[in-house]
This record gives sequence, structure tokens and C-alpha cells, in this order.
Amino acid sequence: MRCAAALLLWLAALAPLTAAAQSDDPRLVPDVSSRAIDIQYSFTGEELLLFGAILYPGQRLPDDRADIVVVLKGPVRPIVLREKRRVAGIWVNASSIRLRTSPGFYAIGSSRPIDKLVDERTAAIFELGLANLSMSPSEFSEASKLERFEAGLTDLYRRLGLFYENPAAVEITEGVLYRARIPVPARVPVGTYRAETFLISRGRVLAVASRDVQIRKAGFERFVALAAERHGFLYGLTAVILSLLLGYAAAAIFRRR
Amino acid sequence: MDLYLPVANLSVNALVIVLLGGGVGFLSGMFGVGGGFLTTPLLIFYGIPPTVAAASAATQVTGASVSGVLAHLERDGVDLRMGAVLVAGGLVGSLIGAALFELFTAWGQIDTVISILYVVLLGTVGTFMGREAWLSYRAVQAGLPPPARKRRHHPMVANLPMRWRFYRSGLYISPLAPLLLGAAVGVLTMLLGVGGGFIMVPAMLYLLGMGTQVVVGTSLFQILFVTIATTMVHAMTTGAVDIVLAVLLLLGSVTGAQFGARFAQRARPEYLRLVLAAIVLLVALQMAVGLFIRPGEIYSVQ
Repeated sequence: MRCAAALLLWLAALAPLTAAAQSDDPRLVPDVSSRAIDIQYSFTGEELLLFGAILYPGQRLPDDRADIVVVLKGPVRPIVLREKRRVAGIWVNASSIRLRTSPGFYAIGSSRPIDKLVDERTAAIFELGLANLSMSPSEFSEASKLERFEAGLTDLYRRLGLFYENPAAVEITEGVLYRARIPVPARVPVGTYRAETFLISRGRVLAVASRDVQIRKAGFERFVALAAERHGFLYGLTAVILSLLLGYAAAAIFRRR
Repeated sequence: MDLYLPVANLSVNALVIVLLGGGVGFLSGMFGVGGGFLTTPLLIFYGIPPTVAAASAATQVTGASVSGVLAHLERDGVDLRMGAVLVAGGLVGSLIGAALFELFTAWGQIDTVISILYVVLLGTVGTFMGREAWLSYRAVQAGLPPPARKRRHHPMVANLPMRWRFYRSGLYISPLAPLLLGAAVGVLTMLLGVGGGFIMVPAMLYLLGMGTQVVVGTSLFQILFVTIATTMVHAMTTGAVDIVLAVLLLLGSVTGAQFGARFAQRARPEYLRLVLAAIVLLVALQMAVGLFIRPGEIYSVQ
């Protein structure tokens, strides 16, 4: 559903290409510094550059300045979020909720704070900002509990670098070129990420454009992760043989000396 | 030097992990224990997910016990019959452990269970070991011979039906006793990533009443096979064995163990046991404190 909406918006954004004469809406030409991030042996995170141009019809800059919001969103997955509480003196996981569509990564950068750009309703529709992520709790629970849990998750993920919000990340040059750096930490989940750019003026989203970014394990890391996932028996056997060999080798080397 | 762990999904400083393995290996070589009870908590403390830490620590203990088993086999210091019974029990135990692991994970209580088990086990073993080491230390200081230990198996063991002869251990007891012991330790290996030597050795001495000359060798024999089984079970169920992490730990621990063993030959056994007891109690205390104070993270994702 959301995908379809995004597609529609995207088509809407592309429409001026075919019907440039009829439309007054500007168009976005976005790009990312790399279409794929490979997680390799010494991967400690990367910075993704989201950049592009704003094309105004007739190449005339409007009088009031437009703002840009960029969002990099990782694959959504179902999670169980647990909350620790003190029970009989010790801290244990006391309650939990299930969230069906929790993004493993979400970063938002803008040229001004989001609340200055759009009203709450618009922000909610386009899921702009950490507070507006819709995570689809799978059972009904009181709003206060849900809010508390979502705040807890946001706080946790923010400190892990998995959620990121920077209202000054986007730099707009001459009103037409924009760029934003988004830090991607080492512990990001792998999958297909979507980099979305929103052009906003006077509280209205004028154009949306998106690009996919693949984040994947590569080379040896990919091989190991796949083996661990799909061939548990052989993987375990390899681990056992390796540890036996290393243990034996060390003993043999030291005995000779 | 940063290295990405493909199963744990995070990058670690490889040097820190190798040194951690080396330190644990040194202690394990010195005291003749696997060192899993130190590796798992230290890895968790470093930020490795508990499941990955326990699974990879078990793999590391396999490597750390190989040379010990070989050395004891050469000296005829392993009761193979007893070892086989213990391993059989251990295999059953690791499967039970896997089921428990899944159950507690589904309840969201696996971390608490791991911590409580550590506190109870290490606290008890550490206290007993410390008391005994302190008494013999005092005796040595006073110039007396160390107190003699009476060698007898527990009356409960004597009551079990069906008796087998275990020649090397000098025992005529029911195989059910070592089978149950092996199973209990197998459960712990699966849950905690410990070899279980710190439970196994006192249990063999005080519950089964085995002869001292085969206790350490037979315990290592059981640890070797049960950690192999645990690695396999983890690889096939939780998928939490990180081979890169295990190799890093092994590089440190197998070398550290050799130095530790050399160092131990020059040190007084009473001192060694006293130090080991102190380390065991420290880990237990650290875990206990972790249970009672407000944790850094209230929320966790699964």
C-alpha cells in the first residue's frame, strides 16, 4: 500500500517530464553516492551522500525558498520489543509488545526542522521524523504504553546509530543543488534501503523521488553468514574442525620448543 | 584493527578479542579449566549479543581443551569408560539445553536465566573452592601437611541401581550417577557457553569419589566432546556460532594456555587455587550486581 502510494507520488513527480508545459510543479533529480554498500571484513560504517538537483519549470527560481528532506529507510521487519522492570529486586524483562513493521534503520535529514516545514498531518502521512514512523503494533494496547515503548526503541536505536535525525543535514546551493550526508553505522541490518527525497514549500510536498540502495554483506562475510544460515551442520563441523586444529597446532608448536 | 563479525553483525577490535582470549587462555592453562565461564561474560560485557557469546565461547573451549586431553591421554590420565558415560549424558544434556534455550528466548528471559545461573553456580563453587584453598594455604603457612581429603562417594550415588566397574577411577558405582552429572553439565554448556570443568571436577571428587589422578583428564575429555556437540547444536538451531569470533578467541587462548601451563609449574598450587577462587567469586559478584542495579538498557529488541 505504502509502496503503491510512493510509486504514485514518484509518477506524479515524473509527470512534468512528459507534460512540462502544463505543470508548474518542480521536479527532483536525486542520486546517492553509492547504489550498494558492501559490508566487508573491516567495515566500520560508511557515510552515504544523498544529493541531486531541483528542476523548476522554465528554469525560474520561485520567490520563496523551498526545503529538502531526505530519508534513508532500511527494510522493515517484525520485532518483539521488551521492557525491563524491577521484579522482586532484580531487573527482568517484564512486558513486551510486537511491532510488525519496525525499520531496522531510519535516518532523516532536512534543511530546516521538520515541524517548521510541514504540519503534523503531512508529516504523519509521509512518515517524516522518528515520531511519525508507523510500526504497526500487532495487538491493541493502551496508547500510553505504545508511546512509552516507541520512545524506548527510538532512544535505544538512536544511541546505536540506527535511528538518526539531523535538521541541518541538507545543504542547498543556489536554490537548485542539494546534498546531505547520512552516517550508516557498522551494525546496520542488510537489505534493500530506500533513499527518498522530498521537496517541500509552504507546508506542501511538491515532489518526491526515490532511489534504492542495497546494503549487503560481500565476499567472505557473505559466505560465512550464508553458510551459518543455510548449512548449519557443515558450518558447525567447520567451526569444530578449526578449533580442534588450532588447539592441536598450538600444543604441537609449543611442545617442540 | 577493526574486524566485522559476520554472524554477530557488528565490528569489533580484533586485537582486543585476541587479547581477551589470551588472558582467559593464560588462566585456563594455569588452572586447568576451560575458561568459558570468563569468556562469555567478558564478551557480553564487550557488547556481543549473549547468544552469540555463549555459542562462540563453547567453540573456543573445544580448542582450548584439545591439548589437555591429548596430554592426559598420553599419561593414561583419562577413564575412558567414565568419560564415555559422561559424554553420553552430556549429549542428552545439550539437547535439553537447546530446548530450554528456545523456551527462555521465547519468554524473553534468557538473559536473566543466564545471569542467575552464573551467580548461583560461580558463587557456590567459588565459595567452596576459596574455603578449601584458604584452609590448605593456612596449613602450608603453619608448616603442617595439607589436610587430607576423605575419598568417598556420596550416599545418594551408592543407592542407585545397576553397578558398573570403572577401573581407572577405582569405582564400582551405578552409571546413572555420571550420566546425570554429564547431562546437568551439558545443559549448562548449552546455556552458558561454559565447559563446566568448574562444576565437573568438584562433582567428580566429592559426589562420585573418583581417584584424583584421572579427574582432570576425564573432565577435559567430557568437556571436549560436549563442547563439540554444543557447537553443532548451536550451529543447527540458534545459528549463533560466529566462526570469526571463535577463531580470534582461539588464536589468543591456545597460545595463552601454553604460557599459563608453564607459569603454573613454577607456582604453588595453594596460591593458584586461592587466586582462581577469587576470580570466580569476582565474576559471580559482577553478574549479581548487574541483576540488581538498573541496567543501562531498559528496552531490548528481539
